[in-house]
Amino acid sequence: MAAALIGFDTVWKSYGQGEAKVHALAGVDLTIKRGEFVAIMGPSGSGKSTAMNIIGCLDTPTAGTYSFMGIDAGRLDRNRRALLRNLYIGFVFQGYNLLPRTTAAENVELPLIYRGAPARERRELAMQALAEVGLVGREHHTPAELSGGQQQRVAIARAIVTTPTLLVADEPTGNLDTARTHEIMELLTRLNRELGLTIAMVTHEADVAEYAERTIRFLDGHVASDSSKLEVA
Amino acid sequence: MIWETVRLSLRSIRRNVLRSFLTLLGIVIGVAAVIAMLTIGSGTTAKVKSDIAKLGSNLLVVRSGRPAGTGGPGGLDQAVRPLADKDVAALVAHLTGARAISPASQKQVRVIFGTESLTSGVTGTDSAYLDARDWKLVSGRRFSDSETRSGTGVCLIGETVRQQFFGAGEPEGEIIRVNRTSCKIIGLLEPKGYTGFGQDQDNVVLMPLAAYQRRIAGNRDIDNIYVAADDRTPTTELQPRVEDILRDTRRITPDREDDFSIRDMTQIADAMASATTTMTGMLGAVAGVSLLVGGIGIMNIMLVSVTERTREIGIRLAIGAHEKHILIQFLVEATVLSLLGGIIGILIGLALAGLASATLTIPFAPSPAVILLAVGFSALIGMVFGFFPALRGARLDPIDALRHE
Repeated sequence: MAAALIGFDTVWKSYGQGEAKVHALAGVDLTIKRGEFVAIMGPSGSGKSTAMNIIGCLDTPTAGTYSFMGIDAGRLDRNRRALLRNLYIGFVFQGYNLLPRTTAAENVELPLIYRGAPARERRELAMQALAEVGLVGREHHTPAELSGGQQQRVAIARAIVTTPTLLVADEPTGNLDTARTHEIMELLTRLNRELGLTIAMVTHEADVAEYAERTIRFLDGHVASDSSKLEVA
Repeated sequence: MIWETVRLSLRSIRRNVLRSFLTLLGIVIGVAAVIAMLTIGSGTTAKVKSDIAKLGSNLLVVRSGRPAGTGGPGGLDQAVRPLADKDVAALVAHLTGARAISPASQKQVRVIFGTESLTSGVTGTDSAYLDARDWKLVSGRRFSDSETRSGTGVCLIGETVRQQFFGAGEPEGEIIRVNRTSCKIIGLLEPKGYTGFGQDQDNVVLMPLAAYQRRIAGNRDIDNIYVAADDRTPTTELQPRVEDILRDTRRITPDREDDFSIRDMTQIADAMASATTTMTGMLGAVAGVSLLVGGIGIMNIMLVSVTERTREIGIRLAIGAHEKHILIQFLVEATVLSLLGGIIGILIGLALAGLASATLTIPFAPSPAVILLAVGFSALIGMVFGFFPALRGARLDPIDALRHE
């Protein structure tokens, strides 16, 4: 297995001051290697969302070190982290978070715009990504004209159009029915296997977590359990 | 990238057509007002200048009565001695540096031809009047010396009088009635148009002074003496000479003030032109304030827009937009919005100015510099008032922004 992609070294994340101080993460140590498909679980308030935000370089630890691709990402400023996200991280959210009244293709092109890619290249890459998630023929539909499952596919296409190293998925199936959930999870599994995409996924559904090869459970700001299918098998 | 952003902003402006339009309105009104004011103002200034030039360049006008306040209409004081033939004679005999000296008296009189009638400005004068006022004849001839001396019933008419009585026909040789006296038309004056005060300068009849005094005024008074300076003599030099000669011939002792006034039309022209320019500037400034109000409108709507699109900003930030990308996006949107308003405002302003020019018969004088300035200024307003909302959007925390409903 390749080197560590993500490393938490006694990471603390605290909110508030003095008496009201809350530790969302209390000295977490964690390593995720390249190519892994990790499910992150835990009750609300367990620190899993905070951990995801730090993994996705959206947030920084209060104390401790977060390294991403060997970079001390926790010490980078806003714009450097934005660059890091743009180059190496794709995001899939529970609520799809597509731009309204904007076609599927344009939504997928968005991260490439911030990369300064020329229009033609953007179009081509967007088409490829949409084909990858099985949305050929829907390129010019706006989110309102697409079903929930299709919208989430557009969001996944947007996440992978930059060929990222890491895909961060926050409850990617939270708004979907069982059949759609299965389809989306199949898609993520395929992307993990075929493209070697590292996936970190927050979920509270055990059957969704089943698709991942490793499950990390958070509780009260600590890692409560960390189990790998390979070890179990 | 910039083009992309402009396209994006146009789309978001289109998405809220009504709101964008209402926002624009402030800028549109502001720019339209400024453009209309400045364009009408510069037209008026040009008109005033050309009016005074039409009156005769380098012209001094002597009237009886004490000088009123500078630039005011030196009112005729009843108790005051009117100007007389001997004053004119003295000027003709002694004044140097004058191109033309001409006495004139005028009155509004009913003029009749056939069944048509018209109230016209009838002036009694001599041939030098045409020289003093730079007035040419379209056809016909001037008064002869004998006609001037004897006060023959001949006259020159203006374009308005000709149109009223003769339409397309030939006026020369026809006899018109001026206040119960007959008068033969011997020439047609070149059209001068309206003055800035809406007075028709072509609704005139000129006749020899002696004829006017005897048949119309019924006295020997002279209302004005026109003195035109020659090319080498500035009016400011000529004025004291005229004053000296008149004080002398009217026997005004040094301890007494003038009982006549001399108005320098060049100075009046300059004063009026500068007054119009000042007025234009003031009106423009007032109109400029409405631009400021328009700018605040833009800021307001951009703040709403940023709040409304917090989630969108969150998405953009999450997938790798820099602060500057968000900043530029909203700045461009505000700028495009106000620039759009500026352009519409310029068109409306020019249309208004054009309309005003047509109704007030002043020249339509749009200034490219003013238009360019308006475009630049409206863009600047967008940038300045769009900056704060844009910065607020750019500074959002992506995590909070994504959570925003």
